Amino acid sequence: MIRVVLPAHLRILARVDGEVTVEAAQATQGAVLDALERRFPELAGTIRDHVTKQRRPFIRFFACGQDLSHDSPDAPLPGAVASGAEPFLIVGAIAGG
Amino acid sequence: MGKNMSGVRVLVGTRKGAFVLTSDGKRQKWDVSGPHFAGWELFHVKGSPADPNRLWASQWTGWHGQLIQRSDDGGKTWAPVDNKFIYDGIPGTHQWYDGTAHPWEFKRVWHLEPSLTDPDTVYAGVEDAALFRSTDGGGSWQELSGLRGHGSGPKWQPGAGGMCLHTIVIDPANPKRMYIAISSAGAFRTEDGGETWQPINQGLKSEYIPDPNAEVGHCVHRIAMHPSRPDVLFMQKHWDVMRSDNAGTLWHEISGNLPTDFGFVIDVHAHEPDTIYVVPIKSDYEHYPLDGKLRVYRSRTGGNEWEALTNGLPQSDCYVNVLRDAMCVDKLDPCGVYFGTTGGQVYASPDAGDNWAPIVRDLPAVLSVEVQSLS
Repeated sequence: MIRVVLPAHLRILARVDGEVTVEAAQATQGAVLDALERRFPELAGTIRDHVTKQRRPFIRFFACGQDLSHDSPDAPLPGAVASGAEPFLIVGAIAGG
Repeated sequence: MGKNMSGVRVLVGTRKGAFVLTSDGKRQKWDVSGPHFAGWELFHVKGSPADPNRLWASQWTGWHGQLIQRSDDGGKTWAPVDNKFIYDGIPGTHQWYDGTAHPWEFKRVWHLEPSLTDPDTVYAGVEDAALFRSTDGGGSWQELSGLRGHGSGPKWQPGAGGMCLHTIVIDPANPKRMYIAISSAGAFRTEDGGETWQPINQGLKSEYIPDPNAEVGHCVHRIAMHPSRPDVLFMQKHWDVMRSDNAGTLWHEISGNLPTDFGFVIDVHAHEPDTIYVVPIKSDYEHYPLDGKLRVYRSRTGGNEWEALTNGLPQSDCYVNVLRDAMCVDKLDPCGVYFGTTGGQVYASPDAGDNWAPIVRDLPAVLSVEVQSLS
């Protein structure tokens, strides 16, 4: 189980409060986003491109005090995220508003 | 037509959400609801003529991109529908701002045009310019790629707002015939329901392209039609107000005595096919009214002879803009006219433009205004 924190716009869109949890096939960014979009189909396209799966330019991925935005989607997430001790943060970049 | 109608619902898209303004047939007192989709840019909100409870909204932010929302209860509740706008085939290139070739990339939906007869069918005009259609209530979108593929696409170039398909006009007498306009490629017509398209820009003259009379490259801002006379089209171009009497095959200028013929909006009175409205804007450099006076101009002669309408509109120190989707008319009698400004005002005239009053004064910048006449 992986904990995910969504930015405010996407919490409203997904009709959730606070964190959400997903069961990802692997503890990677790509697998977490796949699981998130399966659970909340309305989020497809709002975090990464529908086709290329590229992160949208004004979205950042943080966890454990690190910026993971430029990591490969297939790279393992930090152990604390994989274990559920820390959340995976999806953040709207400061330049986006 | 208007006698049986009891009220109006004005759908307003702004830079930070959508607002729904409702009134009875007198159109003096208004209820305001919103912001809906707070914090998102609402490029366009429009109702289905076939089912007034069905509304469509184009919702966008730089963070999260494009969403399409649908309401089936007149705007009380909304749900997102499909937001995948995938170009058909290999998209190819158009001209970038600097004239170099640039690949087509989807950015956003500028305009949603519901079918006149089928509540489940809606057209979407997008940036980079293309036309999409859904026939399943927004469950999926397919590109009508004959438009982009008709041959001139590599010559199209972005206007200041981007290379957007912003105008979609459906012929009520012939559902196979539609018109679209792109900034800045020009106007196009289909006679076969969107399969094939031809540019219809003869008579347009634009000094900002190498050949002022070229087949494509014109920055058309908006096209309007009266449903009773679908072969007559009115156009606000970047500069010049134009008219065609043969479904766009040939255009002629009708700017006449306008103080400036730059502008974005143009619309036609609901019951008088030769009464048209524009809001002159000073210039392409200065996107605000001339002399700080917000004036709607009305022609009752199908163009050339224009009168300024000023009652209730600010006549000093006004420097707002009125964007291309931000004017509309209702079907009541007398005809109501509405427009919204980048300063956040939405003005209504319940008497065809003679008198104006703000419905709201302090919304975020208004991107679009549409009205539904309700029975």
